[in-house]
Amino acid sequence: MSAETHDPLHRYTPLQASDEPYTEEQLAGLRADAQTIIAKYPQKRSALLPLLHLIQSVDGYVTGRGVDLCAELLDLTRAEVSGVATFYTQYKRHPNGEYTVGVCTNTLCAIMGGDQIFDEVSEHLGIGHDETTPDGKITLERVECNAACDFAPVVMANWEFFDNQTPESTKQLVDDLRAGTPVAPTRGASRVCTFKQVSRMLAGFEDGLADEGVGAGPASIEGLKLAKERGWTAPGDQASAGDAGDSTGTTTEDTTSDPAPETGDEHSSAAQPGTDEEKDA
Amino acid sequence: MSTQLTPILTKFWDHPTSWTLETYEANGGYQGLRKALQTEQADLVQMAKDSGLRGRGGAGFPTGLKWSFLPPPDGGPRYLVVNADEAEPGTCKDIPLLMAAPQFLIEGMIITSFAIGCNHAFIYLRGEVAHVHRRVQRAIAEAYAAGYLGKDILGTGFDLDITLHSGAGAYICGEETALLDSLEGRRGQPRLKPPFPAVAGLYARPTVVNNVESIASIAPIAAHGADWFADMGTEKSQGFGIFSLSGHVTRPGQYEAPLGITLRELLEMAGGIRNGRKLKFWTPGGSSTPLFTDQHLDVPLDFESVAAEGSMLGTRALQIFDETVSVVRAVSRWTDFYAHESCGKCTPCREGTFWLKQIMHRLEAGKGSQDDIDKLVDICDNILGRAFCALGDGATSPITSAVQYFREEFEAGMHTPASELFPPERSTLFAKETQPA
Repeated sequence: MSAETHDPLHRYTPLQASDEPYTEEQLAGLRADAQTIIAKYPQKRSALLPLLHLIQSVDGYVTGRGVDLCAELLDLTRAEVSGVATFYTQYKRHPNGEYTVGVCTNTLCAIMGGDQIFDEVSEHLGIGHDETTPDGKITLERVECNAACDFAPVVMANWEFFDNQTPESTKQLVDDLRAGTPVAPTRGASRVCTFKQVSRMLAGFEDGLADEGVGAGPASIEGLKLAKERGWTAPGDQASAGDAGDSTGTTTEDTTSDPAPETGDEHSSAAQPGTDEEKDA
Repeated sequence: MSTQLTPILTKFWDHPTSWTLETYEANGGYQGLRKALQTEQADLVQMAKDSGLRGRGGAGFPTGLKWSFLPPPDGGPRYLVVNADEAEPGTCKDIPLLMAAPQFLIEGMIITSFAIGCNHAFIYLRGEVAHVHRRVQRAIAEAYAAGYLGKDILGTGFDLDITLHSGAGAYICGEETALLDSLEGRRGQPRLKPPFPAVAGLYARPTVVNNVESIASIAPIAAHGADWFADMGTEKSQGFGIFSLSGHVTRPGQYEAPLGITLRELLEMAGGIRNGRKLKFWTPGGSSTPLFTDQHLDVPLDFESVAAEGSMLGTRALQIFDETVSVVRAVSRWTDFYAHESCGKCTPCREGTFWLKQIMHRLEAGKGSQDDIDKLVDICDNILGRAFCALGDGATSPITSAVQYFREEFEAGMHTPASELFPPERSTLFAKETQPA
């Protein structure tokens, strides 16, 4: 995709890149972490995807030495490991920036402004898709749908959500990331972690940030908000009328409403999801 | 009487700590599991069948029936794999569910695993959602700490481990057999079926692969009963589902409703098309489902009604486009997507999407030739039904439906660039003319 202006064959491939051996300390850490990952699976080859994330958490991309190590740990050939590493877009074949900034340019986000955001940010940074700023801070990408379409246009920074973006907000985002100013995603941890840190988390190692950030963004709860305003509940829910419109009323409401009764006919007309006429239509 | 929303999975997403086990239990969480663990396994499978729950990941296959396809236990392992690789363009329900209320999935997985005799279940979560990984990791850890996972769950003697597995950016891994290959540490390419995963899935063992929302729905079904669920929705499309509105609507977002609700009703709830503009076209269930237009506002959004009108309910990903949008530009971009995500295993999809992309680019640039429309339709005809998996079929859906409804725009692509006919800046969220006064 969008490779017209770029050489589709990158100069580096995993087997050529970085043959410098790991230090003893790095190797000991990688081996210990790898054993933790491998132990999660009935068959060890399943550990390959998380192991490649682990390699990226140390090397910042999938290196030749990383491929060698994965092959050794899982009894695979280097070709088998490379074949997997080159299939998935999150595995980088050349040194990645400290922050991957991905602008969604799939249809909906593109039309909602993603194309303009990408173009302006690309010009602002002087780099194109899958290219990295000279300071090694930002790798810019076009990304495919990231499952946040109700927040379009969406930008991901190291796979954290930046919702409802504009060209200006995204240029500010990349400027802040380059300057080392802490940046908080719209929905996510309190700050954007580095590419290596996020790679480690994706390899399966908790980073202790799960309790940060919101549970849901505004769009995610539009339907819930409306249901509360209009007093709509699901069948079996005993939401008292007084709760309608109270946007944080769930706590008090729920201590009394569960376990919900299973009796067939609920008293409230609001509990009927649809009429028979509609069903037969 | 119009249809009303039914907040069930979305019920407490507005809670300040909606993702914790404490919040989940305060909202009735794990009541379903307690009942399920006192129920015969066969009765739980029957419950899933009786509820009428059909797969929420797009295909709509009956969930209970899928479970019942597992062969009788032979003493070896059986697996549950949850497909959390949500990546179908427009689809944005599983990711917010897992961020806001991941315990629904964990409880549903424990019940399902108990029902099918599985002691090791997996969540295949796409890698591009860092915070969702954290929330699911935490949910699993909390469930272990509370005795809902691990050995001898709630004193019943039932053991279950859940492994969270990170994908790495490949749409095709949402296809269930490609997902299994990926989970086995391979390139994510679909397998020839049969054998189906129920017979030979993960590590060639009997495996159930279900979507996040399907399994999450099992928790309230177990708590409230199959009839509770079956009484919602329509006769053949029972229950509720999360409808995701995106694009040119006033209030895009997640609207949980019984199946059979219409776009007209949902648009009313979402404040209509932005700034009083007109609806032009929309997808009922993601980009792989043929486009609808303003003729289809009153089609009940259930599996049968949408199919009868020539599309598919898919994932209920309602991407809404108003009259500022070039359908050629929209379809061209989706075609880029399918070409990019084609895994390359089968020729019709690998080559066909590559050809389609070139023609769509020509048309978008106003440089199409006389026979390009026929060629597009012909290529689609040669991909549809001939590709290894549904990705190839999906690639044809936007094209053939757009040609059907908006042929004149494709014809205009022979002489005028889409960006001249439909200036892109008018469609953006931040377009000056769409700013509130």
